[in-house]
Amino acid sequence: MPTLEFRDAIRQALDEALRDDERVIVFGEDIAVAGGVFVTTPGLYETYGEQRVFDTPISELAITGAAYGSAVCGLRPVIEIMFGDFLTLAMDSLVNQAAKFFYISGEQGSVPLVVRSAVGGGGRFGSIHSQQPGTWFQNVPGLKIVAPSSPADAKALLKASIEDDNPVLFLEHKRLYTVKQEVDTEETAVLGKAKVVREGHDVTLVSIMKGVQDCLAAATTLSELGIDAEVVDLRTLRPFDRETILESLAKTNRLVAVEEGPLTGGWAGEVLASAVEGGLHEIDDIWRLTTPDHPIPFSPPLEDAFLPGADAIVASVSERLGVGSQQQNARTRGG
Amino acid sequence: MSSATDTTAAPAFGLDRDEALTLYRRMRLIRRFEETVQLLFQRGEVPGTTHLYTGEEAVATGVSSTLGPQDRIAGTYRGHGHALSVGVDPQALLDEMLGRETGVCKGRAGSMNVIDLSHRLIGCFGIVGGSIAAATGAAIALKRSGGVAVAFFGEGATNQGYFHECLNFAKVLNLPVVYICENNLYGEFTPMELVTAGEIRKRAETLQLGAVTIDGNDIWTVRAAAGAAVERARAGEGPQFIEALTYRHVGHSRSDPGAYRKPGELDEWLKRDPLKLARAGIIERYDADDATVDEVDESVEQQIQEMIAAALAAPFPTPGPVAEFKS
Ligand SMILES: Cc1ncc(C[n+]2csc(CCOP(=O)(O)OP(=O)(O)O)c2C)c(N)n1
Repeated sequence: MPTLEFRDAIRQALDEALRDDERVIVFGEDIAVAGGVFVTTPGLYETYGEQRVFDTPISELAITGAAYGSAVCGLRPVIEIMFGDFLTLAMDSLVNQAAKFFYISGEQGSVPLVVRSAVGGGGRFGSIHSQQPGTWFQNVPGLKIVAPSSPADAKALLKASIEDDNPVLFLEHKRLYTVKQEVDTEETAVLGKAKVVREGHDVTLVSIMKGVQDCLAAATTLSELGIDAEVVDLRTLRPFDRETILESLAKTNRLVAVEEGPLTGGWAGEVLASAVEGGLHEIDDIWRLTTPDHPIPFSPPLEDAFLPGADAIVASVSERLGVGSQQQNARTRGG
Repeated sequence: MSSATDTTAAPAFGLDRDEALTLYRRMRLIRRFEETVQLLFQRGEVPGTTHLYTGEEAVATGVSSTLGPQDRIAGTYRGHGHALSVGVDPQALLDEMLGRETGVCKGRAGSMNVIDLSHRLIGCFGIVGGSIAAATGAAIALKRSGGVAVAFFGEGATNQGYFHECLNFAKVLNLPVVYICENNLYGEFTPMELVTAGEIRKRAETLQLGAVTIDGNDIWTVRAAAGAAVERARAGEGPQFIEALTYRHVGHSRSDPGAYRKPGELDEWLKRDPLKLARAGIIERYDADDATVDEVDESVEQQIQEMIAAALAAPFPTPGPVAEFKS
């Protein structure tokens, strides 16, 4: 099987979508001639030309609103909002227009657009270039939110997002762009289905994006401590796959939701609510491991302590399960 | 040069020799500060990313030299020059770049987001256009005390809603704000003309702001134009707009090699390096020669070397519980 880098998975998905469907157009800031600030779009402008792949002014609201307008008139726009933090400027169009259209039009039509955006911390980019905006949008009905954790999923889920008839927010974690993996490049995926990426019996670790990689690394360490962890990759924040969460909980009876984002109001709370609501009698222990409720710091020691990485997951799980000697590092909150 | 009001012939705006040399020193400090940040970035001491002001020093230095203690500025992610122009402590600024506890924001902000209220800097904004709104609002507050607010932003920001909404807002409310558009011809890797319709100054003129386009590399021109604009804003004549034509000598950020530049363009601009022009202006207008200016350079150099040593020795902040809200 060929090896694929996450950023190239994105490029391939866009390339194939442009190739297979005339209606697909791609636009954003510095995505055409320059090939994208995160090097996810090189070559597309050269192959498909400026009618289908083009640079825009620094005008996020115009970019997103224009995507909406072109989508309701038959195109399938894929736009890039460079950093997820800039989605605030695009929010009106996504929340008040794109997400509402299908329902309030009495289902006359839908808005097949995809907003790609780079998110997440760990790059020392500070509080306004590192956020996780997924949860800002999670309670907007009508909007799908996709959050891939691997190159294979990035490609399959982006293709599925572009083929989807609804508005989709597609989040790419900056720390994943250089991740490489052997993949079956023809793999497909459906939006709204979580995936058990590691089977285990003692505890379920639920996450998205880079958090899944951290959970997998933590699971390896935990197995050395005699803890057999199952890892669930949610893959989409909306639709929200409660079933897979409950199935795993029924098996392990313990669950931690690992969210790179503030404790209060995050998607991890939704995981716990689903567990309590649908699996109360299965629960021995459930809790959240998140970032503290303050903005993301710049300074490396502060940012490292702020983010819930593999070590923090190991410490938290071993503490809650009363195993190992890493209690002093525990970062458990809530629960 | 397209210019609605020709200010190139204006005098040095009342500076004596020492004041002129102080202004030059500030430009030189910004230049060497930026070169130092780049050096330390390459050595892995400055984490994340940086956007340098190299080549644009005359704009912030000239504008801020016309401000008083009651005035305020808002800068951008390309903000080290904005910060130094209003007297932010260079050591505290460098320490911030290195994520140290002694940084101006205790290492929490980093290169793009510096805030220093004690030095009239209400913020540097990581969101393109953010400075425009912050200064507009600052002007509502400053109006009471006779203060003026200044927004610095790039030409790319004039395609943001922030720009159009705020200029109109400031005009109808007659706010004492001066908008400084630093037109360095590129937004990231894209030439301005590919993404900007019409002439930028005319956008401000349409809204009936006082508007000029000036040579942003000539400190004397910038000072004259900014001084006049600040005076008008302070006198209650409403918002003013200056488009300062300039050029960044370095990439947009980090290791951008600037492949999008037109052939020969950088060399042409280097001939009009703001530091060269300032040096020539001092020698021409005052009792000074190259040796006088060289002495200033040497003193900046000494300061920079001391700053590097102190920054590298400064402590990192310790993680621990922090307040979400002011109590
Ligand atoms: C709202 C928003 N969109 C995009 C960016 C990414 N970005 C940072 S700087 C920049 C170019 C800005 O160009 P300009 O306003 O001309 O200022 P310059 O960087 O040239 O000083 C872009 C697109 C951002 N920081 N904020």
